[in-house]
Amino acid sequence: MMSVFKLLAVMGLLLMSLHANTAASASAESALSNTLSDEAVEERLMLLSSELRCLVCQNESLASSRAPLAEDLRREVREQIRSGKSNPQIVSYLTDRYGDFVTYRPPWSGKTLLLWLGPLALLILAVGMFMRGILRKTPKAIPIAEPDAAELAQLRREFSENES
Amino acid sequence: MKRFVPLIIFVALAALLSYGLRLNPRDIPSPLIGKPAPVFTLDRLDNSGQFSTASLNGQPWVLNVWASWCTACVVEHPVLNAWKDKLGAPLVGLAYKDADDDAKKWLAGRGNPYSQVLADRDGRVGIDFGVYGVPETFVIDGKGIIRLKHTGPVTDEVFKDKIIPALQSARVAGAQ
Repeated sequence: MMSVFKLLAVMGLLLMSLHANTAASASAESALSNTLSDEAVEERLMLLSSELRCLVCQNESLASSRAPLAEDLRREVREQIRSGKSNPQIVSYLTDRYGDFVTYRPPWSGKTLLLWLGPLALLILAVGMFMRGILRKTPKAIPIAEPDAAELAQLRREFSENES
Repeated sequence: MKRFVPLIIFVALAALLSYGLRLNPRDIPSPLIGKPAPVFTLDRLDNSGQFSTASLNGQPWVLNVWASWCTACVVEHPVLNAWKDKLGAPLVGLAYKDADDDAKKWLAGRGNPYSQVLADRDGRVGIDFGVYGVPETFVIDGKGIIRLKHTGPVTDEVFKDKIIPALQSARVAGAQ
């Protein structure tokens, strides 16, 4: 009886130490990467940086560019992801330094209103003008009446009477 | 009148697009103008200790970002040498992502126009200043506000038309 109790106690202690061990290593890891795995960090980095413009080679995204500045900026973004910053915080870090230009999707503002709504306004204008043109030029349709059987017979009769 | 509507639209669009064509896509407007310059501390290139932006508080100064690997800086350097004494303000050089030895060799060979040269070895201060192409030049007033940013090599015209006037207006504002 006593030995069983001892065994249980030892097992319990072992379990506790194991648990403490994993907890310790987990907290060490989270201190290193702030609960984000490297994979998750890289994934967020790729997603976020594909929305950002490389400033040196302007038609490339920050994700695809191999320019040294793009590498530096990816390093900054990676560190900020690790330190737990949100995507909007990181984007505003970049726009504070480089302006809205670094984002492929410019934000809504007075300056960008024409950019966002211009194409839509042009489309509406074009469709409107097109429709007006069509409506004005098409003549009103003249309904073609079904020939009336009785009327037709009457006409035939008159015709044959005239013939004879 | 109505028949001119398409023509008016065409002319308006053509004017808009031709305006767009004339813009320089390389000239990215800096959001930093009118804002406080990043505060930083960096090693001096000549190993004479550290430089802190606080040491220049109270007077306008010019920050020139350059590198020995930068080809446009070759064009710019003689202009800096010629203007350094006419500025009446410290001209601070920031060796951006440069190897110390390369940067020192460059200054020894071409002359050193700078009152001090700082080594931004990992480019972090450059990022804080929104540097995306070397050379870039900033005019910072006595309160630490960025007054002007010029991207690309400075020329005599840039000094005459942009940098000197910016320094003057910074001085006037500082005297008030």
